[in-house]
Amino acid sequence: MRVRFSIQRFNPALDAKPRFMSYRVEVARDATVLEALVRIKEEVDGTLAFRASCRQAICGSCSMEINGHEKLACKTQVLAELDRHGEIKIAPLKNMRIVKDLVADMGPFWHKVRDITPWLIPEGYGTIAISPSTMKTFDNVDACIMCGACLAACNSNEVSEGFLGPAALAKSYRFIADPREGNKKERLLSLQHEDGIWDCVRCNFCVEVCPKDVKPMEQIIKIRRASIQEGMRWTKGSRHITGFLDIVKREGRLNEAAMPLKLIGTDIAGLLRIIPLGIRMLIKGKVPLHFKRGIEGIKDIRRIFRERGL
Amino acid sequence: MRFAYYPGCASKGACPELNQSTRLVTEKLGIEIVELVKSSCCGAGVIGEADPDLQLALNARTFSQAEEIGLDIMTICGTGQGIMSTSNKRLKEEEGLLPRINGMLKEGQYNGRIDVKHLLWILVKDFGLERLRERVVRPLSGIRVAPFYGCYILRPSSVLGFDDPEKPNSLESIISILGAEPIDYVGKTKCCGFPVVLEKEDIALGMVSANILEAKDAGADCMVTPCPLCHMNLDIYQQKAGARAGKRLSMPIIHLPQLVGLAIGIEPRELGFSRHLASPASLLDKLGE
Repeated sequence: MRVRFSIQRFNPALDAKPRFMSYRVEVARDATVLEALVRIKEEVDGTLAFRASCRQAICGSCSMEINGHEKLACKTQVLAELDRHGEIKIAPLKNMRIVKDLVADMGPFWHKVRDITPWLIPEGYGTIAISPSTMKTFDNVDACIMCGACLAACNSNEVSEGFLGPAALAKSYRFIADPREGNKKERLLSLQHEDGIWDCVRCNFCVEVCPKDVKPMEQIIKIRRASIQEGMRWTKGSRHITGFLDIVKREGRLNEAAMPLKLIGTDIAGLLRIIPLGIRMLIKGKVPLHFKRGIEGIKDIRRIFRERGL
Repeated sequence: MRFAYYPGCASKGACPELNQSTRLVTEKLGIEIVELVKSSCCGAGVIGEADPDLQLALNARTFSQAEEIGLDIMTICGTGQGIMSTSNKRLKEEEGLLPRINGMLKEGQYNGRIDVKHLLWILVKDFGLERLRERVVRPLSGIRVAPFYGCYILRPSSVLGFDDPEKPNSLESIISILGAEPIDYVGKTKCCGFPVVLEKEDIALGMVSANILEAKDAGADCMVTPCPLCHMNLDIYQQKAGARAGKRLSMPIIHLPQLVGLAIGIEPRELGFSRHLASPASLLDKLGE
């Protein structure tokens, strides 16, 4: 079948800004986007730059933006994309510097992974048996091929580029969960900082785009849980969780107007900063005053909380 | 058509106009709703961060209340839908999970027999777009509406499954049926920033201004959302986000049932627009209200 591909081209040495160019090529009905790109490069325009290697979703090289979403070109069928979107538009991974055409600079991505110390720091030299069930708690994280799709899709990274991001944090969880690891507490502590676990907005984009089903966001949540269990409760992020639990236990529902106070604690300056917006919300009838007593059936809800040790 | 109505926290708290407009719209359309008055917070994913079983128990408790009256649940919160869909799927599918979670409940047991649907899905599928078209008495012609889905009503799509997360269409189809013009922009499926607005305000406000400015550049007269948490962030924090970005945002943020209500002939003052912090006056003027 003859298919039109719209491909973003950009050579920073020559072009002021990226532009889309159209290529029409004949491809097989079962062709992947990568096979189409190879054909375009070999038969139409040899100057087209893209990365690829294994052609079977193992190396992670060919991650790019296909019809606005992060995908491996080798794992994406041309026909399926056409059915879904009616066109095929290809660009490099977003929120990264473009080296040329579809080649994004993965440097910041590697640095983030390096920053979490991506190797095991064992406790002593003994042998520790790991059961299959323990292995199961983190072996899907080991499936990560570091294609960078999750970081490009990460909504938080888009506005806060310092954020360690999904892949690095998922990898970090892999070591925190490993029974052989001797540095768990240090690892957890190192992730409480400004660009660590509390930057995740839980948008689920990383879970959605991951070609290997690593579910990075779910690993970030497990690190948050482990942090709270280890008593690391000084961050605003952790106080959001503990404060939320307090309010729902007391009232049965979340009272948004009471949440800020849980995070501010005894910080008077912080309290003064939120007052103007609080007053505007109060005037508009957005501060519920009827919650305090708790909803109907609150006793049963409190019982469930108590039985969970909360 | 009858549903067990799960109002959630926001519509009983900071977004009473959502509860109000939902009641008016469902009544006018003849969708009967029975409020689950004893239902609790769904956990919003936050309780699940600390204790996944507790979040499951709270939702199983709500599901058992709906099951007792033999009705599927209608939600009006994108976040609630995401958390409840996830909980329901796990309770129905994971071996041994349902008995364990039921063991934490005292007032009723959940047998895995109900579904949870968002008002948006009910309007598109159960009520039907053609039927909705017949009820439009005041077409919103000339109004350009930016759909804003937010996260949890779309992702993870393996659980939600109603819309294609890469190319959702339910909000667009409702906007069109109501006589308005849906506008397209990349931000429509992005995060509003609400989950971190209290702890990471810069990130949250950055998302508010980016999403609103993108909708504005695409020519939107207003944004419509099926999630009150998105509403809170885009509406309540709009002025702050504008100041931080050095831009005047002034974008009316509309709850889904408010938009439907306008088109099916409910008086604007009944739909609770006066409770919005970002004034919807420009939109109502354009509609000649």
